[in-house]
Amino acid sequence: MPRATSDARLLIQSLSKAYAATPTNLKIIDLYVVFAVATALIQVAYMGLVGTFPFNSFLSGVLSCIGTAVLAVCLRIQVNKDNKEFKDLPPERAFADFVLCNLVLHLVIMNFLG
Amino acid sequence: MATTALEFLPAPLRSLRLKTKQQELLLRVSTLALIYVLAFIVRLFSVLRYESMIHEFDPYFNYRTTLFLTEHGYSEFWNWFDFESWYPLGRVVGGTLFPGLMVTAAILYRFLRALSFAVHIREVCVLTAPFFAANTTLVAYAFGREIWDSGAGLVAAALIAICPGYISRSVAGSYDNEGVAIFALLLTFYLFVRAVNTGSLAWSLASAFGYFYMVSAWGGYVFIINLVPLYVLVLLVTGRYSQRLYVAYNCMYVLGMLLAMQIRFVGFQHVQSGEHMAAMGVFFLLQACISVSNASPAVCLISAIAASATMKNLTTLIRTKTKSPQAASGKTTGSKAAAKGAVDQSLPFQQNAAIALLLGAFYMLSRYAIHCTWVTSEAYSSPSIVLAARGHNGGRVIFDDYREAYYWLRQNTPPDAKIMSWWDYGYQITAMGNRTVIVDNNTWNNTHIATVGRAMSSYEDEAYEIMQSLDVNYVLVVFGGVTGYSSDDINKFLWMVRIGGGVFPVIKEPDYLVNGEYRVDKGAAPKMLNCLMYKLCYYRFGELTTEYGKPPGYDRVRGVEIGNKDIKLEYLEEAFTTSNWIVRIYKCTLLRLHRLSTLYLVPPARNARLEVAIALG
Repeated sequence: MPRATSDARLLIQSLSKAYAATPTNLKIIDLYVVFAVATALIQVAYMGLVGTFPFNSFLSGVLSCIGTAVLAVCLRIQVNKDNKEFKDLPPERAFADFVLCNLVLHLVIMNFLG
Repeated sequence: MATTALEFLPAPLRSLRLKTKQQELLLRVSTLALIYVLAFIVRLFSVLRYESMIHEFDPYFNYRTTLFLTEHGYSEFWNWFDFESWYPLGRVVGGTLFPGLMVTAAILYRFLRALSFAVHIREVCVLTAPFFAANTTLVAYAFGREIWDSGAGLVAAALIAICPGYISRSVAGSYDNEGVAIFALLLTFYLFVRAVNTGSLAWSLASAFGYFYMVSAWGGYVFIINLVPLYVLVLLVTGRYSQRLYVAYNCMYVLGMLLAMQIRFVGFQHVQSGEHMAAMGVFFLLQACISVSNASPAVCLISAIAASATMKNLTTLIRTKTKSPQAASGKTTGSKAAAKGAVDQSLPFQQNAAIALLLGAFYMLSRYAIHCTWVTSEAYSSPSIVLAARGHNGGRVIFDDYREAYYWLRQNTPPDAKIMSWWDYGYQITAMGNRTVIVDNNTWNNTHIATVGRAMSSYEDEAYEIMQSLDVNYVLVVFGGVTGYSSDDINKFLWMVRIGGGVFPVIKEPDYLVNGEYRVDKGAAPKMLNCLMYKLCYYRFGELTTEYGKPPGYDRVRGVEIGNKDIKLEYLEEAFTTSNWIVRIYKCTLLRLHRLSTLYLVPPARNARLEVAIALG
C-alpha cells in the first residue's frame, strides 16, 4: 500500500514538473479551457435539477462553453512551438482566426438563446 | 521548346509572344469559361422549346413562397401561416420549409433590380438552377485542383457540366431545392478538404458556413453530416490522423451544428436524431485521438482524376520519343536514362499505341458529351405542366390544358372559392389559380387526404355531404381519355380508394374490382360506374367520338368503350372543360333540403346556406 501511494505521488510530481516547463501562454489557454469545461458542467448539473425546458437556451449555454473550449484547444495546437505541422503559421494569424470564430460562435448563440 | 509551341498557335495569338506559363493560364481560363457557359446553356432546352415557365409540381410551391418573400419581406415569410392550403387546417409554412432556395432567388432578384434590370421574379426562379449549376463547375474545378491538379480540375468541371443525373434536377424551370443544394454540397466538401489540408480555423469556419447554406437549402444535408465524419473516420483508420484534421473537424462540427439549428425545420435534430449521431460520435472519438500521431469525392471527381492522369501519361509517352535519342546517346549510368533507352528499344510502336489510345479516349469522351446532351434534350427538359405530342403528319402538338384550367379558375371564380382535387395538383392550383385548396403536394396530413379520397370514391350524395363539411365550391379532375394522356385521375383512382379506405373502413376496395382489376367498361363494378370520380371524368364523354373507327365514348388510355354513358349529375354542374378535355372543373350547387337527413360528418360551416335553402323551399 505505501508503495502504491508513493508511486502515485512520484507520478503526480513528475507530471507537474513537466507541466511547469510549458510556456506561460499555453498555460493561460489551458486555464481558459478548464474554466469553459467547468462552466459547461455546472450548466449540465443545473439542467439535471430544473429540467430541460427551454431546450434551446440550455443547448446554447452548453454549446457556447464547449465551443469556446474547442476553439481554445485548436488555438493551443496552432500556437504551440513544438508542433511541426503548424510551424509556418504565425501566432498572430492563429489568434485572429480564433477571435473570428469566437465572434461567429457567440453571435449564433445570442440568436439561439431565445 | 517555346518557339515550337508557338508555331501551333494562330497568328493573332503568336504576336502576343506569351511565355509557356501564360499560355497555360490562358488555356485554363478560357476552357473554364467555356465550361461555365456550357453548363448554363445545356439546361435551356425547355425554355427554347416551350417558354420560360416553372415545371412540375413542387417547384410551384417554391415559386409561390419566393413570390411571398419578395412581396412581404423576410420577417413575414419566416412567420407565415398559409390559410390558402389544407383548408380548413392551414399550414405553418415558415417552420416547415427549407428557406435556402427562396432566399437565394430573392437576393438575386433584389440584386438585379438594384442594377435596374426590371426582371420578373419568375424569370429569376426559372434560371436559378442553371446559374448555380454553372457555379458548381467552378467549385468542381477548385476541388479537383485541390486534391490532384488543375488538369483534373478542368476534367471534373467538364464532367459535372454535362452529367445527366445533375442536369435532370437543375434544368431551367426545375426550381427545386437540389438546384442550389448540389452547389452547396460540393462547396462544403471542398471547403472542408481545404481546411483539413491547411489546418486553418478560417477555412473551417468557411466550411461551417457552407454547411449552414446546405442545411438551409435541402433535407439531404444529412448526407454531409454523415459523409464528413466517415471521411474523418477513414483518415483515422488509415493512420492519417493529424492535428490539422482535429482543428478542421472540431471547428466545423461545433459551429456547423449551431448554425444548422437556427433553421426551424431542422430544430434540435442534431442532438436528438439518430441520423446525426455519427458526427457526434466522431467528435468524441477525435478528443480521444488528439495525442496520436498522422479525403468525398463524387463519382465525377474520381473519374476526373483517372481520366486526367491517364491522358497525362499518354501525352508524356508521346513526347518522350523526341527526347529519347539524346538520352540514349548520352551513355549515362543513371538508371532512369538506361530505362528510357531500354523502353525505347523494346517497344518501337509505343508512340503509335499512345496516339491510338488518346484518340480512342477522345472519341469516347465526345460520344459521352453527345449522349448527355441528347438525354437532356429528350428526357429531362419536359416541363410536365405543358404536354407535347406528335400529330399524324409529324408536326408537334402542344397541350396547355393545365394552365388553361388554372387561369379559368383565377378569372371566373370568387376569390374565396375552395377547390377540391387530388393532392398532386394542389401546389399548381394555389400558385397559378390563386385559390384555396383542400389538400396539396406537401401531404402532411393523411386523414385529410383520405377524406378527399373518400369523397372521390363515394356515390354522389355521400360525396356531396363530405364536400359540404369542407366548404368545397369547385371540384377539379384530370382526365386523359380524349388525348391518351395516361397520368390522369382514373389511373390514380386506385390510390384514392386505398388511401380513403385506409382511414374510413366504409370504402372497401373489392367493391370497385372485377376479378381483381379496375375496369371502366360495361363489365365494371356498379360502385365504380357510379362513384363521383367516374361521373366527373366521363360526364358527356359518351357522346364524343375520340378515334376514327371506334364507337363514341372510347377511352384512349384504358382502350375500352366506357360502361356508363348516360351520366346525370345532381349536386354538381359542369363549370369548365379544357379544349382537350384534360382538366374538368365542376361547381357545387345548393344543397337540396330533403337530402339533409344523414350528416355523419362535421356539420356544415355555413349555416346561412341552410336558411337560404329552407327559404327557397
